[in-house]
Amino acid sequence: MKKMTAMALLLLACCSLSSALEPPQDIQAADAPNDEGQAINLSWSLPPHPEASPVPLKGFQILRAESPDGEFKEIGFVLAGKSGYSDTGVKTGTAYYYKIKALGLSDSAESQAVGPATATAQWFDTSRANVLVLTIILTFLLIWYIERAKKGDQLYIRKIQGLDAIDEAVGRSTELGKPVLYSFGLGEIRDIVTVASLAILRQVAVRCAQHGTELLVPNWDPIVMAAAQETVQQAYSEPGRPDLYKEGNVTFLTSDQFGYAAGVDGMMLRQKPGAVFFLGYFYAEALLMSETGHSIGAIQIAGTTAITQLPFFIASCDYTLIGEEMLAASCYLKRDPQLLGSLKGEDLVKAFLIWGFALMSLWATLGIILQKNGNPAMINAFNFIRDWFITG
Amino acid sequence: MKKNIPLVITFLTGLVIVVTFFTPHQPMGSMQQRLLIWYSIVLGFTMLLGIDSLLRSNLKKIAGRQPGWIYAAALVAGFLITMAAGLYTWIGTKSLLTLGSSFMFIYTYVIVPLQATMFALLAFFIASAAYRAFRARSMEATLLLITAAVVMLGRVPVGAELWDKLPVMQDWIMEVPQMAAKRGIFIGIALGTVAMSLRVILGLERTYLS
Repeated sequence: MKKMTAMALLLLACCSLSSALEPPQDIQAADAPNDEGQAINLSWSLPPHPEASPVPLKGFQILRAESPDGEFKEIGFVLAGKSGYSDTGVKTGTAYYYKIKALGLSDSAESQAVGPATATAQWFDTSRANVLVLTIILTFLLIWYIERAKKGDQLYIRKIQGLDAIDEAVGRSTELGKPVLYSFGLGEIRDIVTVASLAILRQVAVRCAQHGTELLVPNWDPIVMAAAQETVQQAYSEPGRPDLYKEGNVTFLTSDQFGYAAGVDGMMLRQKPGAVFFLGYFYAEALLMSETGHSIGAIQIAGTTAITQLPFFIASCDYTLIGEEMLAASCYLKRDPQLLGSLKGEDLVKAFLIWGFALMSLWATLGIILQKNGNPAMINAFNFIRDWFITG
Repeated sequence: MKKNIPLVITFLTGLVIVVTFFTPHQPMGSMQQRLLIWYSIVLGFTMLLGIDSLLRSNLKKIAGRQPGWIYAAALVAGFLITMAAGLYTWIGTKSLLTLGSSFMFIYTYVIVPLQATMFALLAFFIASAAYRAFRARSMEATLLLITAAVVMLGRVPVGAELWDKLPVMQDWIMEVPQMAAKRGIFIGIALGTVAMSLRVILGLERTYLS
């Protein structure tokens, strides 16, 4: 009987020993890379199969102190299964020590202190090196083509029907004795597409001034309204018709999305413009406005970089400028050799990317075939290049 | 001089923004955020310009009894009533969002239903635009019609009931040709944006200066 009791006690002791909570291992504390010196990253190893562990683990308490013997205070908690934590409450240049405490349902286990770790600010974000390299290549090509254009090289630019149709649209409006309506959508002045749209507005306004046609520009953003007023006023002076400019025609409507759509729809239904331009950034109001424009029989030219709205414009407008065509508008309309040169540089980068994609597809395919034959070097090189492009 | 000073400001601001994108170190790290705050402050003031423009143009219409002046009168009345309710609520409760206040009443029972009505109209406009786009008048339009039918049917339970391959075909259309076209447009937009930004920073693109 005594023998049996001793064996039972031994078994119980073994069980209790094997189920003791252990603190996390391999704790690393290091400065967070590519930041302004405001974070320290912590990482640790999890048990091989934490879900199979006999000890229920709630999570890990993160403790921090400014000296290894100082008072460690809790700064955060992560659930079991996580193996990292980013301490964003640190001061730049101060050394910190960390302990990780594993918390069970009834007990806990604290690690040794690790450190010191110091948060430092970086002068260059290495994760964005790919963007820098591509920007430098693009800038070099733009400047090179601009210089070529300056020397008198003839640069071919394909026709953009939507921009060629501006004269036709304004002319038709003039013949019908109807106004022209121009909308920037919900674009702000900091959107590059709005800046591009201002260039097209200028061209439309010059044509309207030449033909004596009224131009209506309802706005959603008051800063865009101020820029549009300035652009239209200047454009009316170009053909010597500043008297035709009416400030009340370039007006603010509302900053509410559907309120703006209702306002523009109302203007279209009451004043029946002969030509409508939707050039800028649009959301769900795009179709509400362009279908109303279609219903009144106006010739409609649209353009946006909002990819989700392009199908709606294509379905309901006569001409649609797709994405980059919008951004090329000022170069196309002005025909200035320097601006055209910059477009050619952009095209060359596009050609480089297309060839790059084709080459990389071939590379990846060959890499997978070779990997199956036991040679992973090619696919590893492909993965390295791919990862370099997708970081940042 | 009138054009050179804005060009210099644009160049320097553009340069700072580009540098801040690559430099997390202070003072560059938070510069972009700070410029956005400045932009918000300027936007707040320009809202006054907007209100001035809106009221002046509509009051002119009312005074001249121009066609549609009654709509202008409704707009001015709506503006004044909402502003009065807002001021009354703010003075009384020190907040515009007080539940049960006159301002929240206008917001909940006038503005929100009007917005919802406009948004709901989208369903009818999508139907009319889709009808025009999907009419099989040419080879391209017929292809579009077939593709649209497959995608629409593949996305609803009845599609799988009709033919179990429809959801698979729908997935392939969305993930391969659709995604390829979309990424092509995205790349074009990204390059166009960089090129346009460079033109603005280098002073080649000056239309925004009028």
